[in-house]
Amino acid sequence: MKKLLLGNEAVARGAFEAGVKVATAYPGTPSTEITENIATYDEIYSEWSPNEKVALEVAIGASFQGARAICSMKHVGLNVAADPLFTVSYTGVNGGLVIVVADDPGMHSSQNEQDSRYYALSSKVPMLEPADSQECKDFVKQAFEISEKFDCPVILRLTTRIAHSRSIVELEERNECGLKEYKKDINKYVMMPGMARKRHEVVVKRLKDLKDFSNQSTLNQIEWGNTDIGIITAGISYQYAKEVFENASFLKLGMIYPMPDELIREFAKKVKKLYVIEELEPFIENHVRKLGIEINGKDLLPVTGEYSAQLIKEKLLGQKTEKEETADIPARPPVMCPGCPHRGIFYVLARLKLVVTGDIGCYTLGALPPVSAMDACVCMGASIGMAHGMEKARGHEFSEKCVAVIGDSTFIHSGITGLIDIVYNKGNSTVIILDNSITAMTGHQANPATGYTIKGETTIQVDLVKLAEAIGIKRVRTIDPFDVKEAEKAIKEEIQAKEPSLIIARRPCALLKGVKYKGAMKINQEKCKMCKMCMSLGCPSIVDKGDRIEVDEALCAGCGLCTRICKFNAFSKAGEQNE
Amino acid sequence: MSKGYNILIVGVGGQGTLLTSRILGTVAINLKQDVKVSEVHGMSQRGGSVVTYVKFGETVNSPLIEAGETDVILAFELLEAYRWIKYLKKGGKIIVNCQRIDPMPVIMGKQKYPEDIIDRLNELDLQIIPVDALCIAKSCGNIKAVNTVLLGVLAKHSGIDKKIWIDSLKENIKEKFIETNLKAFEAGYDL
Ligand SMILES: Cc1ncc(C[n+]2csc(CCOP(=O)(O)OP(=O)(O)O)c2C)c(N)n1
Repeated sequence: MKKLLLGNEAVARGAFEAGVKVATAYPGTPSTEITENIATYDEIYSEWSPNEKVALEVAIGASFQGARAICSMKHVGLNVAADPLFTVSYTGVNGGLVIVVADDPGMHSSQNEQDSRYYALSSKVPMLEPADSQECKDFVKQAFEISEKFDCPVILRLTTRIAHSRSIVELEERNECGLKEYKKDINKYVMMPGMARKRHEVVVKRLKDLKDFSNQSTLNQIEWGNTDIGIITAGISYQYAKEVFENASFLKLGMIYPMPDELIREFAKKVKKLYVIEELEPFIENHVRKLGIEINGKDLLPVTGEYSAQLIKEKLLGQKTEKEETADIPARPPVMCPGCPHRGIFYVLARLKLVVTGDIGCYTLGALPPVSAMDACVCMGASIGMAHGMEKARGHEFSEKCVAVIGDSTFIHSGITGLIDIVYNKGNSTVIILDNSITAMTGHQANPATGYTIKGETTIQVDLVKLAEAIGIKRVRTIDPFDVKEAEKAIKEEIQAKEPSLIIARRPCALLKGVKYKGAMKINQEKCKMCKMCMSLGCPSIVDKGDRIEVDEALCAGCGLCTRICKFNAFSKAGEQNE
Repeated sequence: MSKGYNILIVGVGGQGTLLTSRILGTVAINLKQDVKVSEVHGMSQRGGSVVTYVKFGETVNSPLIEAGETDVILAFELLEAYRWIKYLKKGGKIIVNCQRIDPMPVIMGKQKYPEDIIDRLNELDLQIIPVDALCIAKSCGNIKAVNTVLLGVLAKHSGIDKKIWIDSLKENIKEKFIETNLKAFEAGYDL
């Protein structure tokens, strides 16, 4: 049967067909749909882990006990999981282990544009890169074969346009491969110096074998065309290049680490002009140059941003495309949704003019105008460490004008350790957990603070108050972010306290199923004094028309936050009287 | 259509453009064509400008459509229609939902929302088909069916057999929503 699948859905299907037993992940665009889709198969145990490191460790355990296991994450997730990655390269596997990592060239939804291919190189782990959804499925299955044959984890690398494009996939049956026998073997599975030294030798030898495999494998293919131009490429860049150079010769790499040196040499010999076309870093290019082959690549093409057929035409063929300026079209940056619970806290933070160390999630949008209430955002969990570091740099008093804000999922992911640091090292910082009862930015995944599993089953919910108390925070309070008066009072009191504080601002995401505010707001123009206080909320449904303020009823969620800040009582629910 | 058929779906994150592209993909499969659909997930779905590329053809390589190569633009919002217009072929069709959603720079009064978008589009060499899909969806009893209304309009102008559209619609919509969606589709088709 043929189906139109997202690259991510095809990876999930590949895992199913490969007989995977355990699938783990922490969500992250553009990888999230992999595990969301795996969760629809009853044959596979799946989970949202608290972070990528734990996710990989769970998958490693499953592999050691003989199951096929898959672990998925976005590119920056692999930084978090890098510690187990480098050592599971030494231990190798028992059941096949595949790590899926999704890069985001162009940063559609990411804080950086790092190139994960270097992780394959530095951890000596093979890496495959598919170029469409069919290959996503096929390569997952091949990755498991390679993993078990060569006794190593295998990384499957996607990029956004592969992960989030649909193309046609032929479905097959599941191969129920069962569990492999587990034999205790401390020389393989316990990595202490004595054992690890020996294993590193094994890894080096393995890499040689993998190189031979790469030269033979159908994963790497030459498509002969006109030999005037030869192109070495992989993944989505292959598709772009193919559209521009229909008749050229191609060496399409499916296995991008280790690369097939002999095949590259053979290809290079027969073509007159050679290009390497790859997004981000010159990963393939540097390798080909090291083989002593002359090529063009990053001398013509950028290391930043996404490619497209148009860009390749422009840079390699000099075909300029006219760029008409459509100057007066206002940009449309993303915004916190109507009804977003985060809006209440950011309104208060902006009023108090505090230094706000931020974190990653929907609430990062609080950095943008008109709210503009964030000073820094680096990586998940960093809000807390940064606030502590700022205080240590500037002295105790600084904690009176600084707060850290962090989402519930992000707090569980890597905020807890930062909070322990503040307590342990006698900091005074105030941390606000913006608990909207969901991992929202990535499209609503459950997490340990929600009380639900990936399959929607109820489970034990982390009690954030007790957790904070247990690590030694004495000042813990829970507030409603829409009660802006109470929120302001709480924040003022806690920043002045001479000890660490935790404020949990709790109200569910407006897009959650159970949340119903009913009916849009309207504004009574006679009562409105045009003070524009409401405009500082940055609510997309309250619009400044110049001579008056209007509510866009089609957008308004009816949350009523505006009624709480309007001094003139001008807002009311449509259909209600506002006296 | 043998030479390929490129459709761009543009709108504002949260407007439900993804279902439309999924149905279009099914249409392509039912026509025994190769197809790629490139979607936007993540940050931009929070009220940002979103675009979905749908490409039919004998074989489709790049999932992206380049400027000036689109046969039809299906725009869920006026400003987004205007933003993406340079992607349309000369003489191409643009189906525009007349809904207006102000972006933040406009809401804050920093920039003006162009009031004369339809007039500006009319000056260009293209076929413009304005639709009040919100109003039609309301009258069909489901304000969320804006996307199926627009799909109906697209079906009418596509030259593809109506039955294929209806089959594809049914394949992608849950049983209990089929009736209202079919009604919305027909309303768009009969415009
Ligand atoms: C290491 C890492 N993993 C995953 C992500 C992707 N990511 C960005 S925000 C986010 C979730 C945020 O959820 P939460 O903290 O609850 O905030 P919300 O979006 O619900 O406001 C995730 C998973 C990331 N940026 N970095």
